[in-house]
Amino acid sequence: MKILLRIIKKEFLQFIRDPKMFRIVLIAPVVQLVLLGYAANLEVKVIHTAVYNQSKGTTSRNLLRELKATGYFHLDYYVNNYKELQKLIDRGNVVLGLVFDKDFDSNIGASRKASIQAVFDASDGNTATISAGYLQAAIQKFNRKISLITLSKKGKEVRFPANIEPITRVWFNPELKTRIFMVPGIMSLLLMIITITLTSLAIVKEKEIGTFDQLIVTPIKPYQLILGKFIPFVAVGLIVIVIVLTAMAVVFNISVKGSLLFLFASSLIFVLSTLGLGLFISTVTKTQQQAMMIATFGVMMPMIYLSGFAFPIVNMPVSIQYITYLIPLRYFIEIIRGVILKGLGLADLWTQFVILIFFGILILFLSSLRFKKKID
Amino acid sequence: MDSIEVNNLTKKFGGFTAVNNVSFKVKRGEIFGFLGANGAGKTTTIKMLCGILTPSSGDALVAGFSVKDQPDMVKRNIGYMSQKFSLYNDLTVSENIEFFGGVYGLESKLFLERKKWALEIAGLRGKEKTITGDLPGGIKQRLALGTAVIHKPQIVFLDEPTSGVDPIARRQFWELINQLAQEDITVIVTTHYLEEAEYCNSLILMDSGEIIARGNVFELKNNYLNKTIYEIECEPTLLTLEILEENNIGDEITMYGNTIHVIAPKKDDVELTIRNALSSQNILLKSVKKIQPTLDDVFVHLLESKNET
Repeated sequence: MKILLRIIKKEFLQFIRDPKMFRIVLIAPVVQLVLLGYAANLEVKVIHTAVYNQSKGTTSRNLLRELKATGYFHLDYYVNNYKELQKLIDRGNVVLGLVFDKDFDSNIGASRKASIQAVFDASDGNTATISAGYLQAAIQKFNRKISLITLSKKGKEVRFPANIEPITRVWFNPELKTRIFMVPGIMSLLLMIITITLTSLAIVKEKEIGTFDQLIVTPIKPYQLILGKFIPFVAVGLIVIVIVLTAMAVVFNISVKGSLLFLFASSLIFVLSTLGLGLFISTVTKTQQQAMMIATFGVMMPMIYLSGFAFPIVNMPVSIQYITYLIPLRYFIEIIRGVILKGLGLADLWTQFVILIFFGILILFLSSLRFKKKID
Repeated sequence: MDSIEVNNLTKKFGGFTAVNNVSFKVKRGEIFGFLGANGAGKTTTIKMLCGILTPSSGDALVAGFSVKDQPDMVKRNIGYMSQKFSLYNDLTVSENIEFFGGVYGLESKLFLERKKWALEIAGLRGKEKTITGDLPGGIKQRLALGTAVIHKPQIVFLDEPTSGVDPIARRQFWELINQLAQEDITVIVTTHYLEEAEYCNSLILMDSGEIIARGNVFELKNNYLNKTIYEIECEPTLLTLEILEENNIGDEITMYGNTIHVIAPKKDDVELTIRNALSSQNILLKSVKKIQPTLDDVFVHLLESKNET
């Protein structure tokens, strides 16, 4: 026990002695959170549009006015040929090109089918899809309006056709802000990054400077060494959570709806896996650089991509969906989002909680075994 | 009383035998040298003696404990220092000493006494708050030794402790090693520097996992080299070398700076043959004399004759 305390004290001293490390761990999370929270935005608020109106009649102008009124469509450019339109899209000045052909207004007047062409820059598929949705909705609304007008002009009794109107209630994130969905995810990423890198680096650093050999000829037992490395970094991880939760509340006005106790408990369970992975990395690398590379590209990036942090798992191919079941971060993100946004607790999230415990113990056990074997 | 007793110690890694059936004894308070090239099996042997590598077969008693069955007790009774002077560069002198003292579980009274001693031998009294990384190499090395024996072990292993240290610091370090030996601590030291071997009470030379020579310096020089070395001072040396070679004198003729060494079997006295061969020629012969072989001569001879067989 005394030996363990010695090691913990030493780790803390080294941690504090390295001002760069100290700053990275305590300030970087907040900066990351703020940057990602503002930048990681999948909403479409502005659709820059170029219009090529060959018809120039009342209806086309009314439609354009209607689009403008939605607030989403900014009609920035009026062009006179396809070439100009293409140039604007190529340069990225606009996302959408709207083309009315010559007969647009006359077709409408004659109650014939009139069409407009909408050209999207879909190099960002997400923005294009969402914009197309907005456009369709706006045109549908306009359609109904002109059919009513046409009907009333013909002297018929104006009556609304049978219509189903959905009344939507958006739960948990009423403003449909990406940020509210992303920020809790960022918190779990930070916890993962800090615990994995700090653990693997702290062990590999000792190998690099030669103190590792010195430690294993002392009466220190492998488990004391592992715990001595883990405990300080768990503490750092928890401090980071507190910082991030505070920043989340202050900067983004997102407060935790569920139980803080459950949140911290699941964080502790989650770090069993990440510490285990950090320990594993330390057994397969000899220098801090190698450890950093493997931690980043071999472990953390795949985990992030497959965790559902940014890309919804349901949209992945089925075979990849199976792989995501092996990613501890996936379950932790589900828990974190559940607790923070929905106010869920153990009763709802116990499956994820149990799986995390299972993964944590398994990874930690296997890594410790490997670590011990490497020492012998 | 023996500090270390090694019996038929063997370590195999897969099909490779790193240490092959090695046996030797080390007396208490002795400075015991381990010589051999890289890969000769020195480090593997030391690791087994420190209880951090389990032998494939055989055993060793270190401070009375079996490295096979009681590695934890072995670890309590030894100190170890590697060539990297393994201290934490980002901790202060004092924090390093405290850490290792704590790891060995020293009582506070004993600890204070030992801390004072460690600071003393490193010449760091009053500089406890210095960051270890800022110390010069020689001082860091002495501090590393001080912390390695902070628990006053019976035996200390020094794995190439003087590599990368300047000659003056190396000499001071050997004085320190002598001081430890006088305090009845057994010192096992591996080294590349053959002149350092001369400071050891007893030596073994390892090659390919086996001991190929053992004894003190005197014994090594006299028992393992069955030849006499003649040193010839003359002018011009190159011509002399040619003449000696033409006459097939001795087993081996080599140039050492402006002198020539002739190695001949002990039983034949070749001094006269040399003088006769050179007298008829236009050569200024200053002296011909028998010289003491150096450890260098002995080891080169041993390794070469081993490779020939």
